[in-house]
Amino acid sequence: MLNIVVCLKQVPMVSELPWDPATGTLRRELAEGMMNPACRAALEAALRIREAQGGEITAITMGPKMAEEVLREAIALGADRGVLLNDRKMAGADTSVTSFTLARAIEKTCPEFDLVLCGFATSDSETAQVGPQLAEELDIPGVGYVDQIAVSGRTVRMQRLSDNFLETLEMDLPGLITVMTGAYIPRHVPMGGLQAAFDIADIVTLDAASLDLDPERIGVKGSATKILSVTSPLAGKKNVVLTGTPKRIVEQLFERFDDKIGGAIGKDLKADKKKRS
Amino acid sequence: MSVKKRAIWVFGDYRNYFQNRATLQLLSRAMTLAKAIDAEVCAVVIGHEVGEYVMEYTAHGADKIYLTDHPSLKNYSMETYTVLMERLARREKPEIILIGATTFGREFASRVAKRLGTGLSADCIGLDINGEGLLVQMAPSFGGNLVAQIVTPERRPQMATVRPGTFAEIPHDYDRKSEVVQAPLPEDLPGDRVRLIESERCPQRGRKIEEAKVVVCGGRGMGSKKKFAKLFELAELLNGEVGATRPVVYADWADHDALVGQAGKHIKPQILFSFGISGAIQHTAACNDAKFIIAVNKNPNAAMMKKADVAIVADASQLCTALIQELKRCIR
Repeated sequence: MLNIVVCLKQVPMVSELPWDPATGTLRRELAEGMMNPACRAALEAALRIREAQGGEITAITMGPKMAEEVLREAIALGADRGVLLNDRKMAGADTSVTSFTLARAIEKTCPEFDLVLCGFATSDSETAQVGPQLAEELDIPGVGYVDQIAVSGRTVRMQRLSDNFLETLEMDLPGLITVMTGAYIPRHVPMGGLQAAFDIADIVTLDAASLDLDPERIGVKGSATKILSVTSPLAGKKNVVLTGTPKRIVEQLFERFDDKIGGAIGKDLKADKKKRS
Repeated sequence: MSVKKRAIWVFGDYRNYFQNRATLQLLSRAMTLAKAIDAEVCAVVIGHEVGEYVMEYTAHGADKIYLTDHPSLKNYSMETYTVLMERLARREKPEIILIGATTFGREFASRVAKRLGTGLSADCIGLDINGEGLLVQMAPSFGGNLVAQIVTPERRPQMATVRPGTFAEIPHDYDRKSEVVQAPLPEDLPGDRVRLIESERCPQRGRKIEEAKVVVCGGRGMGSKKKFAKLFELAELLNGEVGATRPVVYADWADHDALVGQAGKHIKPQILFSFGISGAIQHTAACNDAKFIIAVNKNPNAAMMKKADVAIVADASQLCTALIQELKRCIR
C-alpha cells in the first residue's frame, strides 16, 4: 500500500492560445486550460504503481479556481482525492516559493506520503525546477527526468537518460520522482468517470491561512526573482515572400540566400555561381 | 585586509566535455559580465582526476578554480555535488553562479538555489548586466514564443542555467594562468540517498535531429507518402535531417522519431526548410530556435509562412523536386 502524491499544473492549451499576431504576444487571460503533458505522464505512472502495489493517490495543484478542472480530471482517471491550493496571495510565485507552498500543503494533507510524483517540466514556463526544489523542501531523496519506475517494497528503481548517460538509480521511500513526457502514455478519461468527478467528487481547497503560511513568504512577495518584462522574439521578423514557378523560385532562393544555404551545408555557393557565369 | 573581490562562478560540467561546451561558453560570457561589475571569473570543478578540465577552464577564461578532487567523486552525484556547491558558495559568497542547462545542470542548479534561498531562472538564452549592476536573465517560455527578462534584486547569489550554444567560447590560450583553490571533501559529508546502480554512455539515442544544422520538415501538404520520401533525398543533399508533423507521423509517412513538436523533438538548426506545414503551435513551438526558416506552402496565410524568413508560395512537392535538381547541379 503506497500513499502517492501527484503534483499537477494546469497550463494554457497551446493549440488554442490567443496570440496577437501584430506583437507576437500571448493573451494568456483568454487561454483554455489543460493538464500539463508531463504531469499527465506522472499521473499515469502513479496509477500504474497503484495497480501493482495498491494504495491511494492524492492529486494536488496550486492555481486559480479554474485549476480545479485538472483535479477533477485526475479523479476521473482514478485519483482518490484532489487538493487545490487557491489564494491570491499565492499568485506570481517563482519555482522556489511554489515548491515551498506545495511542500507545506503535502505535509498538511498527506503527512504519511511515500512517493511524490511530478512532471519533469511544464509546457508554459518550462523551468523543470519545481520537482527538485520540492524534494529539497520535503528533505527527501529525489530523481528527475525519469523514464521508468519500478517499486519493490520500500525501494524504487528508476531509469533515466541524463546528458547521454543511461542511468539506473535506486532510492528508499519516501522519495520524489519527476517523470518525462512520453515515459508513461496516459490513458483516456472515461466519459462516465468525468461526469461523476464533476458531479460528486470532493475537492479540498486550502488557502494560505489554512496552511499557516506567512504571506510575506509566498506568491510574488516571497519570490526572489522578479520579471522585468516579457517580450516576443517573433515580433518584427522580416518575411520575404517568393512566388512564381518552382524553377524560378529556386533560382531566386539561391540568388538571394546563397550565403545562408551555403553556410549551413558547408559549401560556397557564391563561388559556384561565379564559376557558372 | 583588502576587500574581497566580487566573483562570477561557472559550474564545471565536464561530463560531456567534447559534445557539450556549455561550460566554456559560460566562461566566455562570464568574462564579459565580469568587466561590467568588476568581478573575477571562477570555475568550480568537482570530481576525480579532473586536472585536464582545470587546465581547459583556465585556458578558456577562468581566473580562479575551486577544485574538489576525491576518488569518491568519480561519478556525478546530485546530492553530494549539491552539498559541496552549497557550502562553497556560503563560504565564498559569489555574486553570480552560472550553470549550463544540461539535464544534470538544471536539477543541480534547482537544488543549490533552493538551499541558498535564492532565485534561479531556467535555460536562459541571454545574460546581461543592467544599469543597476543586476544580472538580467533572459528565460524563454512557451517554447520560445515568449522571453522573460528576470532579475534577482536582493538575494545572492544571482543564479541562472543557460542553454548550451547560447554564447561562443573564446579560443583557448594555454598561457593563461589561474589560481587553483583546493576545497577538500568535508568529513561530515552526508551519505547519498540516491544510489547509482549503473551508468552507461549512450551518445546516439535519437538526438540527431536536435543537433542537426539543417532540418527539412514535412507536413500533410507534401501530398502523399511517396512525395514525402523526396524530403529524405533533399535532406541528404543538404547534409540535414528529416522532421515531420503529427499528421504525417500518424499517416505513417515518417517514423515517430522524426516528430518535431511539443510531444516530439525540439530542433535548433541554422536553416529549417518547412514543406507543406500549416504551422499548428505544437509544431512551431518546437521550431522557435531555428535561426532561419524557409517555408513552402500553397497558402500564403498559413501560420508557418508568417513565421518564416522566406515564405515560398508554391506546391510543396513540386518545389522540393525543383530544389533537389538545383542542389544536385550546384553541389556536383
